[in-house]
Formats: sequence, C-alpha cells, structure tokens
Amino acid sequence: MSHVEVYGIRHHGPGSARALRGALEEFKPDAVLIEGPPEADPIVELAGEPGMVPPVALLAYAPATGGAPAAAGAGDRGDGRKAAFWPFAEFSPEWQAIRYALGAGVPVRFCDLPAAHQLVPSPGAEEEDSEPEDAEQESAEKDGPGEGEAPPEPAEGIRLDPLGWLAKAAGYDDAERWWDDVVEHRGGGPSPFPAIAEAMAELREQLAELPEGAASAGLPPGHLLREEQREAHMRRTLRRTLKEGHERVAVVCGAWHVPALRAKVPAAHDDRTLRGLPKAKVAMTWVPWTHGRLSGRSGYGAGVRSPGWYHHLFTAPDRPVERWLTAAARVLRAEDLHVSSAHVIEAVRLAEALAALRGRPLAGLDEVTEATRAVLCEGADLPVELIQRRMVVGERLGAVPERTPMVPLQRDLQAQQRRLRLKPSALDKEQDLDLRKPVDLERSRLLHRLRLLHVDWGVPAETGRSKGTFRETWTLAWRPEFDVELIEASAWGTTVRGAATARAESAATGAGTLADLTSVAERCLLADLGDALPTVMRVLADRAAVDTDVAQLMSAMPALVRALRYGDVRGTPTGPLRTVVDGLVVRICVGLPPAVTGLDDDAAREFLGHVDAVHGALALLAEDGHIERWRRTLEGLVARPEALHGLIEGRLTRLLLDAGRLHDVADRMARAVSTGTAPARAAAWVEGFLSGGGLILMHDTALLRLVDDWIAGLPGDSFTDVLPLLRRTFGAYADAERRAIGERLRRLDQTSAASSGPDGEDVDAARAAAATATTLHILGWEGSS
Amino acid sequence: MTEKHLPGGLGGRPSGETSVLRPHAEQEYAGELARLAEHDDRPRPPGWRLSPWAVTTYLLGGELPDGTAVTPKYVGPRRLMEVAVATLATDRALLLLGVPGTAKTWVSEHLAAAVSGDSTLLVQGTAGTAEEAIRYGWNYARLLAEGPSEQALVESPLMRAMRLGSVARIEELTRMPSDVQDTLITVLSEKTLPVPELNTEVQARKGFTVIATANDRDRGVNELSSALRRRFNTVVLPLPESVEEEVGIVARRVDQIGAGLELPESPAGLEEIRRVVTVFRELRSGVTGDGRTKLKSPSGTLSTAEAISVITSGLALAAHFGDGVLRAADVAGGIVGAVVQDPVSDRVVWQEYLEAVVRDRPEWRDFYRACREVS
Repeated sequence: MSHVEVYGIRHHGPGSARALRGALEEFKPDAVLIEGPPEADPIVELAGEPGMVPPVALLAYAPATGGAPAAAGAGDRGDGRKAAFWPFAEFSPEWQAIRYALGAGVPVRFCDLPAAHQLVPSPGAEEEDSEPEDAEQESAEKDGPGEGEAPPEPAEGIRLDPLGWLAKAAGYDDAERWWDDVVEHRGGGPSPFPAIAEAMAELREQLAELPEGAASAGLPPGHLLREEQREAHMRRTLRRTLKEGHERVAVVCGAWHVPALRAKVPAAHDDRTLRGLPKAKVAMTWVPWTHGRLSGRSGYGAGVRSPGWYHHLFTAPDRPVERWLTAAARVLRAEDLHVSSAHVIEAVRLAEALAALRGRPLAGLDEVTEATRAVLCEGADLPVELIQRRMVVGERLGAVPERTPMVPLQRDLQAQQRRLRLKPSALDKEQDLDLRKPVDLERSRLLHRLRLLHVDWGVPAETGRSKGTFRETWTLAWRPEFDVELIEASAWGTTVRGAATARAESAATGAGTLADLTSVAERCLLADLGDALPTVMRVLADRAAVDTDVAQLMSAMPALVRALRYGDVRGTPTGPLRTVVDGLVVRICVGLPPAVTGLDDDAAREFLGHVDAVHGALALLAEDGHIERWRRTLEGLVARPEALHGLIEGRLTRLLLDAGRLHDVADRMARAVSTGTAPARAAAWVEGFLSGGGLILMHDTALLRLVDDWIAGLPGDSFTDVLPLLRRTFGAYADAERRAIGERLRRLDQTSAASSGPDGEDVDAARAAAATATTLHILGWEGSS
Repeated sequence: MTEKHLPGGLGGRPSGETSVLRPHAEQEYAGELARLAEHDDRPRPPGWRLSPWAVTTYLLGGELPDGTAVTPKYVGPRRLMEVAVATLATDRALLLLGVPGTAKTWVSEHLAAAVSGDSTLLVQGTAGTAEEAIRYGWNYARLLAEGPSEQALVESPLMRAMRLGSVARIEELTRMPSDVQDTLITVLSEKTLPVPELNTEVQARKGFTVIATANDRDRGVNELSSALRRRFNTVVLPLPESVEEEVGIVARRVDQIGAGLELPESPAGLEEIRRVVTVFRELRSGVTGDGRTKLKSPSGTLSTAEAISVITSGLALAAHFGDGVLRAADVAGGIVGAVVQDPVSDRVVWQEYLEAVVRDRPEWRDFYRACREVS
C-alpha cells in the first residue's frame, strides 16, 4: 500500500535539515517531493554534481523574447523585469532532501505552484510588483514558518508568522529563538516532525475559527488565494506521483502546509482552484548565491539572520560552541588581536553559564556572541562586528557546475574570468591594475564593459582622475543579482563585448543631455568598445551641432578631452573623438561671446566654473591651434569689458595674464577698481582675478601694490560693502599663502625704499661660497663648473 | 553577619542602621534579599547566598511568587547583567568598564551584596594604593615584639574575601599603579595568596571572585596589562539609551536619596528632571535633541550620576530655601557647576549653549533667566 510522509520543515533551519536527513534515511522513500517550482525538475539532478556548492538558488526568469540584440536595441529595459529566487544553503532541509534523493537514486520533484503562474502578478499585488526589489520577491518563502522577522505590524496574523504564535504560547518573545531551542539545537532524539505537524494543524484549526477579517489581517492582498492555489498544486503533484506507482513518497514543505497536504481534498476541487491561471513564459536555472543574501540584513525579507552560524551548526560534527569560539579566536588572531586558548576556554564557560542562566538547552548565538564580546574582545564592539560580518553572516559564495543552463553571455563572462584569472568572490577585494600590462588592461576593459551592462562587479576607487593614468584600483565583490543582470543583458548580445557595445549605442541614442552623452563616450573608450564609438560619436557630433546652449557644450568638453588623453594611454584609437573635440572647440569659441554677456551674479559664478573647466581641458589637450583660438576669443571678450560681469572679466584677465597675452594688466586692474566703478563690481572683479591661488600676489609686487592701494583708497562706506567679497576671495587661500601675502605687504614700503633684490636680501658672496660648492658637489655639477 | 578583623576596633556595624548616612546594599535591601532567598529553589553555586537566577532578578527587578516586588537596581540591557552574573558563576573575575557615572560601582556593590551578602570587602584604587592594600600588611608593633606570626598579619579585604569565599570589590582598578595591579594576576589565576614570611598561603575558598570597576575615559589612568586583562571578563556599561530611560533612572534615584536624606517632602518635578537630563544629554552628545544643531561638548563627562546629584541638591535648595517646589532656579546653579569644569573653555561652551539653544526655547524661559543669573 502506498505510504506518504509529509515533513514540515523550516526553510534554512539546520536542525530541520539534520532531522530530515535522518528521517529520510529511515523512511527510504521511492520518490521525494519538495516545495519549489516544478519547472526546475529537469535541472534538479545538477544538484548532485561535485561542482555544485551551496549556497545556490534556483532562478526563474522570463526569457528574452527578441533573440537578436538588434531587436532589443530600443533602449529601454523592458517593462519591469520578472525574476524569482529559491535559495538553498547547505543547511536548508530542502537541499538535504535533494542531495539525499540524488544520492539514493530516487526521483526528486518540485511540487509548488509553477513559477509560470507565480511570475504573473496577482491582480491585488500590482503596486508591490512595481517596486524595484521585485526581483527578490521570495514567493517560495513568503509564508514559510522560517520568517524570523515577520512584518512589523503588531497585529500580524497567525498565518504570516505561525511560529511567532507558537513561541508566544511557549513564553518566548522571539520566534527564531524558540525554534532554535525546540528544534534546531536538539541533537538526535525522536523525529520532531509529527509534533510540528500536530502543532500546525492545531494552529490552522484555530485560525479557521477566527472571523474572516481577523484571519487575514495584515496579509498582503491575494495572499490567501495564492496559498490555496499552491497547496492545491502540491496535492495534485502528490496524487500524480502516487498514480505513477510510487509507493513510499516523502513530501518536504514548509511546516505551515503540512495539514493542508494531509487533508483529504477531492481532486476535482483542486482542479477547480487551478483552472485558468494566467501563465508567463519562464526559464529556470541555478545561480550561485551568497550567505549575505540569505541573511535578513540585506533586506531579503524571508532570510535567516545568521546563515554563518546555521551553517556551522549543521556542519560541525560535535561541540558547536567550542568550535565556533575557536574559529572566532582565529579570525581575531588573523587581525592581529591577541586571543589565547585560555580566552577561548573562558569564553566557552561563560557561554554555557549564560545558557544555563537563561534556561536554554544549549548556548545559542546570543550567548556565544556575549561570550565573544566579554572575553575574546574584552568588551570592545569593533571586533565583535568583525565576527558578526565574517562568521555570523559569513560571506560564502556558492558555485554552479559547468553544465548548468546559462545564457551565452554568462558563459562568455566565465570564460573571460578564467582567462584573466579574476575569480568572483563575495567579500570585497581590492584589485590594483597596471594598465601597461596587457592582462591588467584587459581586466580593466572587462570591468568597464560589465559596468556598462549594470553589472557592478568592480567599482573603481576614487583615485582622482588627473594623476596616474596607467593605474586603476577596483573593489571587486560578486553579488548574486549580477546573474540576473547578465541574463537580462543577454538580450543585448552573446558576448560581454557585444552586449556592452549594443548597450552603449542604445544609451547614446537615448541620452538626455550632452554631458550624459560624453560620459557614455568616455566609458566606451575606457571599455575599449571601438565598435560602439562610431555610433556614439555620430550622435555626439549631431547633438553638439544642434545644441545651442554653450554652457552644455562647455560642460561636455572636459570629459571628452580626458577620454582623448586617457585613450592614448590605453592605446585606444581616438580619431573620431578628436574630430568631435575639434568641432566642439570651434563651437564654444563662437558661442561664448554672446553667452557671457548680461549675466547676473549666480549665473556668472556658474559660468566661471565652465570657463575654468574648458581652459583646463584645453591645457590638457595641449593643441596649439585650439589654445590660440580660445585665447583670441577671450581677448575679444576682455576688449569689451562693459558687457561682462565683473567676476568673469577679472577671471579672463587673469587667464590671459597667465598666458602672457596681456601686458597692461596693471592698467586694467586700476581701471577696474577705480572709483568710477561700482564697488560691488570692482570686488567681483578682484574675486575673479584672484580666485584659485594667491601665488600671483606673492610674486608680483606691482600687482600686490595695486590691490593694496585700491583697498586702502576705498571710502569708508564702500569698504564696508566690499569687505565680504574680499573676505571670500582671500578666505579661499591657504593659510600659508595668506600669511606670506601679509608679510609681503608689511615689507612693501621697505622694499620700495631699499629696492634691492626681490626679497630685499643681500648675498654675501664670500660667505656663500662654501655652501655653494657643497651644493654643486651634491648636484654633480662640479666638473662642468 | 561577616566577622570583622579590622585593626583598631573600627570594624563592626553601627548598631542602629537608621543612623548611618548611607546603608550598604545588603542592609538597605535586606528584606528583598531574604525574600529572594526564601523563594529561591534553584541550585546555588558553592559559596553563593542566592542562585544566579535570583541574583539576576535582584538586579533587574521582578515579582516573587508571594507578590513581593523586587525593585530594579539596574536599568538597562538585561543581557549585560546576565553576562555579569554568569561570569561570577564561572568563578571568573568581572571587570565593569564604562565612562564615569554609568553605575559601575552601584552594580558591583549590589552584585557583591546579592552573591555573598557582603559588599564591604572593598579596595579603593588610587594612585597611592600600595601592594599591602591588595595582599596583606603587618602590625608593626606586634611584628617587632613577636616576630612574624599570624597575629601580626593585617589582612587586606581581598585576602579576607579569599578566606571567606566571598566577592571582593576593587574600585577604580586603573587608578592603581601598574605594578600594584599586577599583584592580582596570581590571585586571579592560581586563586591563592602566598605569605612567604610565614611560609604559608591563603587559598581561596569556593565562591571567591573579584569585581573590579574601571573607567576608560578619565585622564591619568594606568592601562591594564594584557596579562591582567585576560583574567577578567569585561562588561561595558553604556550610557542610558533614551531620554525617557535616563529620566526614569534619575527620578528613581532622586526619590531614594531624598528619602535617605530625610528632605522635606517635595514632589521632584518630572519636568525639571527632564530638563536637566535633556541639557546633559545634548551637551554630552554634542547635538541637540532634534538633531538640528551641533554643539560643543564640555570637558566634563556629564554622567547620569551627576544629573542625579544636580537634582538632589536642587531639591535640598527648594526644600530649605525655596517654596518646596523644585524650580529652574534651584537646579541652575548645580547645572552650571557640573558643566563648567574648566573655567575657560567650558564657560564658552555653556554660554554658547545658553544663547543658541536655551534662549530659543520659549518654554525654557525661566530656566534661561535663572542660568543667566548664576553664570
């Protein structure tokens, strides 16, 4: 006669996992049904491969409909991506059931509602689905009793948190802790499953007695209906399995569902429930997962708070507390914190005493953490946080075997990762790249390309763009959701390079402002996407041609020039880019004069930034023709000072002075700050003129005297008006500069009286001779002199 | 009652407990301790008067089966007290660490009272604490007359605690010179105190342990050597987390102290307490309660204990010189005294706070005026 055992488990519960493994070995089923999407049936056998290392997750996603990358080139990312995960850790009971069944050669099936139905939004859950976090919607877990951090509402229903209910009945305030004490920390003993099933049956019975409104209080809309459908599907799968002739069937599902599966429900009823459900096209695969994503910390609602601890509980053969604290001591020692074995011994004793004091059967994570804090870390919090990060959560990254179904893009990335010896890891890792080395250059390109695909595996560290163009520092950390991004990006192409090219082209076409566009161009160059460049450049040229806003053109300029210079370092061909830059310079020079006239204070200040940026960019470009054109434009502007804002005029005068193009600066300044000019304008002029460094004042005595005379000659009222502006200018100087200027001013009169050398110092040649000789000797100029 | 061997006949309890200024914890809460012991049916570690559960209840408060209410002695995270009690139960030494005024001494006294029924075996750590204060000294008259003998030996509180198997307390451990601190190492690891002069030793009886307090903020402290540190389990006592919690602590203590000092009954205005606590918290954290304004912090620690003393002295002022109701003017002097420890820099801090924060709070106008008057 057929025999069905239903095992109610807690998702990601190591105690459940261990008990389940034991129960299965005893029961010896000839078929195992597991709560999970049935679409995964064909790939479940992959779980037995040696290359499969948990934590991993089943990923259900809507496959790309287009196929060719060109078809998806429309630019948007499709209307709302749909994906769902079913994560498994080593200590997940489901995982243990799968491994057992594969090891025993017994068929495994998933019996939950197909992902095809789950990925279709239920009508009530519309707004929930539009959230960006939807990709992590944990349909498989939503109602599992594994939810430690159930929703925050105080009036949460039994249904959402059945364990919380039971824990409360047992006098615990924390469901996880209760479950830990009652199930997870049990070593051996009789199977807990009958008791769990009974408790759940009792709960469901009580729930059924509650009035309609109270029973569903606090539930997301559509939850009840979905639960009914899921349980109906589980029953249907069970029936089908029995019909196929399996005699001993084990069902592994969330504890909550046990009574529903045991209930005798006519098949017709379930068929009615499941009839006419909307369906989506779904593809299924395994993806690596991380412990960090299993934990509740990262906003993954149905997680466990301490996957690392659970993993330890499951894998440690005996003495979990001792082993854990020893491991913690090793982590601390690795960070050069002195922790001896005596510490560990005392920590174990404290943990056990605490457990006894709190009436717990075995020291749990709380006790162990307290002991770690009080003994190993000597009361300090920082090392405790380290342990929390490294061990309690534990950044473990799973792996999937070769044969796992993957989109070509993922395969391409894997091949490149292997070739470039860049291994994905869940922990943050710094990687220094020397772009003069071919391998590092390729790594950098790969990371840049991935960033174009929104796979931020590497994040460049801010090292300042101007210096060290051949060195890049990246922080690498692999996150499981990158697989989803990759799968989604596979619509753009089959290789990383191809997809990134298509993505860049589309981004260029859809770019909003010229500055966005230039940043795309810059990224293309960094990623060495030569194929995308023509398109990007064409769009860029078109856009620059029609863009009438000179400010926009000017803000686009620095990034382009940087790209041009940087491209040279990386050996990227930049011909087309140069054409664009050339055109841009001409347009800016033509458009500048009308644009700078009649600006108010704020606009002038903003514009000043653009002028400086372009000036700096042109200096970086170091092309004489452009610089000449730019200077001539500026000269033209300065020639008609009345139309300019004081700030701009001052700044332009200064730029030209630095370039050695103006020889009457003293006159100009005197004119600008003379009594005929409104004090506010004069001060703005001075601010513009002196902004960005007081060096000129320190070295140009004539100029300094000019400024000094002007300030000294101001009438009392005007001085008060001008003072804030002056203060703003001089306040921006470094302390040392200010002091030097002050000292110079003090000596100004003496200097004019003595008018000896620049510093007013006489050199005694005879006394200096000895020092000079030594200096020359050091410099090695001795022979030539 | 513990037997006393104090030289010079200073030992022994005063006969009428009401006449002492501040009774010991085990005297003040003798009733509670007796009740707890009565209902305590759990196993007691050797040498303990109560079981660890009962000690925890004594510290954190609770209700006994017969309806006796146990007042909470410590308000704060339960886990800290559990760790402390568990530490003592594993015969480890306990180090209570924290900034001044976080109830370290208070907790240590009550722990000792609950565990061994005696909180008086106390060594006060100062820069001048000598080794004799921790080990033993000699009665020199006897030493000269009779030579080294048991009778000439003057035991330290620590030695007596070892003999009796009870808890010894060391206050301000970090204020002792380092070499004196290190005398503790042997005691804590070997649980024995050799007396080479008599060729004997005192071996600790079960139940002996040490509770030390130290603060990690004060200047002029001697860091613990790592060898000594290793022999302690450390519990860091935090400052109260929220205003409400701190107001509660202050109000409760003020009531107790007021009753002890037999001040004329006067309702300790909760409003005034809240104001003092708010001022202290804001200056301590360097930001106003609404998180909008940054403030300079004064050099003092502005602990909860200081808030308590400000309120208590304010109450005394109100009772004796005022109209019996605690008013802003009564606490203003105390607050200024607590905040302005350094006459130059702290005065600036206080003036800034007064003008920038206090002045802009309409409901604090009386307080502002009172503070202006005293500063």
